[in-house]
Amino acid sequence: MIRFDQVSKRYPEGREALSRVNFDIPAGDMVFLTGKSGAGKSTLLKLIIVMERASQGQVFVQGTNLNRLARRNIPAIRRDIGVVFQNHQLLFDRTVFENVALPLTIAGYQPREVGRRVRAALAKVGLGDKEKQLPIALSGGEQQRVGIARAVVNKPSLLLADEPTGNLDPGLSAEIMNLFEQFNQVGVTVLIASHDLALINRMNRRQLLLHEGRLLEDRPPATLVATDLRGGL
Amino acid sequence: MAMAGKRPPRRPNLQAATRVVNKADGAGGASTSKRSLGDQWRAYLANHRRVARESLQGLFKVWLASAMTWLVIGIAMALPTMLYLILSNASTLSGDWDGKPRISIYLQESVSEADGRGFAQQLLADELVVAVDYVSPSAALAEFTQRSGFGDVLRSLDRNPLPAVITIEPGVSQTGQLKPLVARLEAEAMIASVSFDLAWMERLFAILDLAERFVTALGGFLALGVLLVIGNTIRLAIENRRAEIEVVKLVGGTDSFVRRPFLYLGFWYGLGGALMAWVLVGASLVFLSAPIEMLLASYQGDFLVIGLSGGESLLLLLLGSGLGILGAALAVGRHLRQIEPS
Ligand SMILES: Nc1ncnc2c1ncn2[C@@H]1O[C@H](COP(=O)(O)OP(=O)(O)OP(=O)(O)O)[C@@H](O)[C@H]1O
Ligand SMILES: [Mg+2]
Repeated sequence: MIRFDQVSKRYPEGREALSRVNFDIPAGDMVFLTGKSGAGKSTLLKLIIVMERASQGQVFVQGTNLNRLARRNIPAIRRDIGVVFQNHQLLFDRTVFENVALPLTIAGYQPREVGRRVRAALAKVGLGDKEKQLPIALSGGEQQRVGIARAVVNKPSLLLADEPTGNLDPGLSAEIMNLFEQFNQVGVTVLIASHDLALINRMNRRQLLLHEGRLLEDRPPATLVATDLRGGL
Repeated sequence: MAMAGKRPPRRPNLQAATRVVNKADGAGGASTSKRSLGDQWRAYLANHRRVARESLQGLFKVWLASAMTWLVIGIAMALPTMLYLILSNASTLSGDWDGKPRISIYLQESVSEADGRGFAQQLLADELVVAVDYVSPSAALAEFTQRSGFGDVLRSLDRNPLPAVITIEPGVSQTGQLKPLVARLEAEAMIASVSFDLAWMERLFAILDLAERFVTALGGFLALGVLLVIGNTIRLAIENRRAEIEVVKLVGGTDSFVRRPFLYLGFWYGLGGALMAWVLVGASLVFLSAPIEMLLASYQGDFLVIGLSGGESLLLLLLGSGLGILGAALAVGRHLRQIEPS
């Protein structure tokens, strides 16, 4: 599903944000991307949705080499990827319904189909009764969930999230992680960048640990359980 | 693509909502490709209709600002349109004249009709003369009575005041080449006077031609102005919707999808402006046509000021909406590419 092959990214002004990163995420996997602030997590996600291009190496998403992707083909790639980004959230002059409907409108769905899918997605994130509200009238956690509904409404095969639990209380964070887990259970590949280590460790999933742009560790879930057990003894 | 073994794609014990989300198609598939072309086409048209409607509604929501823009565009378009109308009316006025010069020779009163006709035939021998037309005093009187409406006045005179006239159609049209002919004619004893109407006609046509070029140039400048006004208005609209554009691009909106609302906005600005111009021109005509017609009636019988025809009105509207779309396209081309999610 996602393959990084010796990927480096250097921003025009600044040092290397990623250096020689290698990994392969098979379809249907759920993976956490961790690391300190500035480690390169957001950069890595941006490479996947072609908000940035790799300086060196190759990025493959669903077999497509993104380095060779023409500008005009970027939208098609993005339509099959759901993204939950903290700073590209909601349009505050549109209702919750319209916000969530956006990817469907773009993909060209009939209004009836749009209505059906948006309601299903909102029900999924527990906001079935808020579709007519403006996002400004929602709490931070609810806004975050609207963002998630928008990310999944087009049933993407890949779901990316950058700090989806950024400023939520622990209870809400767990709830949102639970949502991602449910999407993964129906076959969606999920990649979440987060530095909420306590939460991630509880999830028992594969972890990619970035440190200053390098992939320091690629831990499969089982190892993690073993470590935790050892720690518990 | 191979699924990772660990978890099956679906499990039966999911919440009901999950099942609703995934009922139509398997999780993750690129659902776009599963819909028929007809459906996609209908959805595409529906999107056009919606965007067109929403952008117009948006304009009416801020109706005062929109009306100002429409008025600016309307004035810029009304000006050359008015001048164009003045010109086309002027051409109608001078339209009786076919552009060839005429020399009119007024004969002495003493010349008999037979001598006059004979003289006309002689003139034909001149290589510069293509055709001659002899009009006797009585024929001239009949024509004048019919054309001018001064019949009663003329009838009250005890004799016909009009001379016999020979009209010459020369074979050349340059004033310079005709001068010798005119001089020769003026020397003839039979002739009272020679009127050579080419010079002022030539001047009139030269002036009309100049005015036409002037209107074209002015129209060009003002069209450029309209483009800039619309381009700038669209640029501001793009700037105002920056966040929205970023999100749309982030969730996979194509360039044409992002562009569409702004092109429609430009279309509405242009069309509204052209409508405004149409109204302004119409109102000016109502205001001006009565005095103009009165003025011209004192010279030459009936004259009706001609307004824009249906075709010309349509052309004006097409021109306006075309300029609107073009202005928007230019602005969008310049600014939309710079807005990328980051
Ligand atoms: N647009 C940019 N231009 C220049 N440098 C950038 C840009 N974006 C990120 N960087 C740099 O790249 C490095 C990695 O940034 P990145 O945003 O990927 O980190 P992160 O792991 O997401 O951090 P955080 O947890 O704080 O979000 C940082 O040193 C950052 O300063
Ligand atoms: Mg980040």
